[in-house]
Amino acid sequence: MEPILKVDDINVYYGSIHAIKGISFEVNQGEIVTLIGANGAGKSTTLNTISGLLHSKTGSISFMGEPLSKVPCHKVVSKGLALVPEGRRVFLQMTVQENLEMGAYTRSGKGVDEDLEKVYARFPRLKERFKQVAGTLSGGEQQMLAMGRALMSQPKLLMLDEPSMGLAPILVEQIFEIIQNLHKAGTTILLVEQNAQAALSVADRGYVLETGKIVTSGTGKELLASPAIKKAYLGG
Amino acid sequence: MTFLNFLISGISLGSIYAIIALGYTMVYGIAKMLNFAHGDVIMVGAYICFYAVSRFSLPPVVGVILAMLVCTVLGIVVERLAYKPLRQAPSLAVLITAIGVSYFLQNSALLLWSSNPKVFPAFFTTESVDAAGKTVTKNGIQLFDGRLNISYVTIVTIVVCIIIMVGLTLFTAHTKMGKAMRACSEDKGAAQLMGINVNGTISMTFAIGSGLAAIAGVLLCSAYPTLVPTTGSMPGIKAFTAAVFGGIGSIPGALLGGLMLGVIEIFAKAYISTQLSDAVVFAVLIVVLLVKPAGLLGKQVREKV
Repeated sequence: MEPILKVDDINVYYGSIHAIKGISFEVNQGEIVTLIGANGAGKSTTLNTISGLLHSKTGSISFMGEPLSKVPCHKVVSKGLALVPEGRRVFLQMTVQENLEMGAYTRSGKGVDEDLEKVYARFPRLKERFKQVAGTLSGGEQQMLAMGRALMSQPKLLMLDEPSMGLAPILVEQIFEIIQNLHKAGTTILLVEQNAQAALSVADRGYVLETGKIVTSGTGKELLASPAIKKAYLGG
Repeated sequence: MTFLNFLISGISLGSIYAIIALGYTMVYGIAKMLNFAHGDVIMVGAYICFYAVSRFSLPPVVGVILAMLVCTVLGIVVERLAYKPLRQAPSLAVLITAIGVSYFLQNSALLLWSSNPKVFPAFFTTESVDAAGKTVTKNGIQLFDGRLNISYVTIVTIVVCIIIMVGLTLFTAHTKMGKAMRACSEDKGAAQLMGINVNGTISMTFAIGSGLAAIAGVLLCSAYPTLVPTTGSMPGIKAFTAAVFGGIGSIPGALLGGLMLGVIEIFAKAYISTQLSDAVVFAVLIVVLLVKPAGLLGKQVREKV
């Protein structure tokens, strides 16, 4: 079967800095795939390039068989690709409900209200606070809002950039539970994490990034068991 | 009673400043730039309306609508040609470009319409026939045996300002486009991820601001009917001051700043000195910014570390 997302030998530069050096990987329908690696390895850059916020100099990205390179960032989401960006980036001065409405910006019709109810059912905390301005939410609630906002676009592939960043361990657990639930409900997920242990234990497959290159790949279990990975990313 | 007269003309002048200030504040909120050419769009609007009504004898309403159309297009074109190519440039480059556009518009007006002052037609008058059968033209209403004079221009200006403020507030709070504008003003990258066309939204902001500038131009020239190519320059700067005064980026701030500036200016003219009135206005601005650097209703921006 054709992979849902195919990244082929992309090179991304920040000015003269060569941030991504020929990365290739795939995500298949229904999988959770994770990209792990240290700070500055190029994980976020990869996701931002797929979503169109950044552009690759060479190489190609195709989503459901369609090339993405020429698609402007604001048109990517309507193709079925949603990114929950690093640091959540919810609209702090807008209400919870308005944030979710923005997630469905490219859609219209009755389905939007139904999905709003679905998001509220998944995240009851958001429903309790639907009129509150997002800036008043806690970090964990903001992460839920960012995820709910992305789900409002009905993504075929959900990309999550460091969803556990800055959260207390109990919240991290909750977030990973939500990721697994979303996966069970049929969403394909591309997950970027520094928390390699947690990411690999939920992922079907993983890729390890080091300074802009993929150095290892394998199933989640294989990578968890690999001594080199253990040493480098799992604290011995 | 003279106090009340001054207060009303201050509010009226302030309403014009507020309408102009909206253009500055909305563009700043979304594009994070100061469009110093905004004042000159007012002048263009006033000229268009002047020519439509005085030379082509079109009804005033048509003149105003024409002025709004021309200014809206002008705003979009200026943004496309002058500012859009500088989206990634340092803000200083954008600022200098805006000053350049301002001079470009002024000198184009000089070339097209010459420096001879035009007398803007009086729109807001009523005609009636008195007891002797003579036609009497009135430009306002008198209350308390003529001790309180309120011109029609003043009334129209204040009413128009209220309508615009209410309309714009509802627009940003409840419409999809308005919400998209707020999203863009907070985080353009995240807005793009939602599928919002940021360039389109910026264009839209310039269009609205410039359309409002045309209205402000007509109101301004109705109250102060001398029209020259530099007509928009000083009100533009005052309105920018009003926007900063109220807290740039904030729509209620533009209203508050505009009204306060107008009232202070008229009071300073009336009770202190005509020549010093602008000095008083800017002195008040400096004091306000010393106490509240973000302006009266501005939000303190926290720098991320």
